[in-house]
Amino acid sequence: MSVLLPQPEGTPAPRPSLRSRAYWDGCRAHQLLYQRCAQCSFRSLGAFTVCAQCHAASPVWAESSGVGSLYSWTVVWRPPDPSFRVPYAPAVVRLDEGFWMMSAVIGCEPEALQEDLRVMVEFHPASSEITLPYFRPA
Amino acid sequence: MGALADAGISPRDVDGVVGTDCAQIVLELGLGPCTRRPSQMGIPALLDAAALITTGQCNVVLIAAGGAGVHVDRSSTAPWTRPANELVVGYGLFTAAEFALMARRHMLTYGTTPEQLATAAAVIRTNGHENPEAVYYGRGPFSPADVLASRMIADPFHLLDCATTSEGGCALVLTTAERAAACEAPVYVLGGASDAFGPAYVVAPVWDFEPRADSFPAGLVGARAARAAFAMAGLSPSDVDVAELYDPFSFEIIRQLEAFGFCAAGEGGAFVEEGNIGPGALLPVTTDGGTMSFSHPGINAQQLQRVIRATQQVRGSCVSHQVEGAEVALCSNGGSGALFCDVLLLGPERP
Repeated sequence: MSVLLPQPEGTPAPRPSLRSRAYWDGCRAHQLLYQRCAQCSFRSLGAFTVCAQCHAASPVWAESSGVGSLYSWTVVWRPPDPSFRVPYAPAVVRLDEGFWMMSAVIGCEPEALQEDLRVMVEFHPASSEITLPYFRPA
Repeated sequence: MGALADAGISPRDVDGVVGTDCAQIVLELGLGPCTRRPSQMGIPALLDAAALITTGQCNVVLIAAGGAGVHVDRSSTAPWTRPANELVVGYGLFTAAEFALMARRHMLTYGTTPEQLATAAAVIRTNGHENPEAVYYGRGPFSPADVLASRMIADPFHLLDCATTSEGGCALVLTTAERAAACEAPVYVLGGASDAFGPAYVVAPVWDFEPRADSFPAGLVGARAARAAFAMAGLSPSDVDVAELYDPFSFEIIRQLEAFGFCAAGEGGAFVEEGNIGPGALLPVTTDGGTMSFSHPGINAQQLQRVIRATQQVRGSCVSHQVEGAEVALCSNGGSGALFCDVLLLGPERP
């Protein structure tokens, strides 16, 4: 069978926003950053200016260990754009720090994907500007 | 114009247009000066139109949408399925994958099977096969095995678990109950409400995302809306004669049956598999063939199509799959992968 791989450069790449700049800068330095609230330590799903739980204006960036568990996944055979190499496995990972993030699993066959599979982050360039965090079995 | 003729109302009497294309419609039909609201098409547009009418801002509101010539690059999926948001675009996310991530959680938690998903798709696609007005009329019938044998798109969704794309348009007229009494076979809004957890396809679709710990998780989006709609109507799920559920993917039928209270959490797959959603069954679902088989014109019109089909059901005017004596129809829009869901209840009697 086919081992899941990172996408080649040239597939559609993210365009960072002002608020997410720190996240993408972190990826380029191979650091996985996430936002947590300095008041209530709620972990957000994105880069926000106000905590979605306690509404304090105090989300701060923190560095994740990059280790977590597979929460959900799919294996795509019909990509949205022909530049994507199939199959690939978009996945939601629950990091050990307690936040969820969108990514994709690489480094194993699709059949190896299962609930709570332990995974760790691995960075791959998506373009000259963007480095994408992927996850492979730990 | 067809909807206005059907209602027996002159275009000159329209004093409000609601929906994403409202301003263009005002211009092209020469309705100005006229109220307009660029509401999301479908149930949100209808609820906004109802609010315009009940607050006295409008008497007759036209809700219309259509799409053609939008999906022309056949090597890619339809443009509205793949917004280039920064946290998802690099991973090749699109609607099928986003919804698959929600479906997977349900399968892991409750043991829901691909066969159960395929059964929902087969019922709806066969409804379309038998509906002379459907784009895919005569293209079936479909068995669950046919769905499972179709090529994989985004596991667990096979090709036939997914909505189609097409071209088309639809329209609906909403007015006061007093004005409607003079129309032939008017249909009344009994209740309706909307749920959202955030923008579609921007962050990871997480079933257990539950920012209000005392309410529902994102996987059950629409559960609060359904309860609000039923409360407004003074009805319960057992009163519903037909459910025109929005069907972007087969799993969403199972999910909505649970979220709206037609069965308990985790029992949607068995509810479908036991034959409860087909023609003549306990709860006929998506009777025209839905977005899988009837029509899916772009990003807008097919959402309103659920309301139109529910209207036809309680009027008794369906060309196929008429539920005899239907007095309460539920319809819905959206879905878990998109983090929004809207619910509407319609009936033939003025509440």
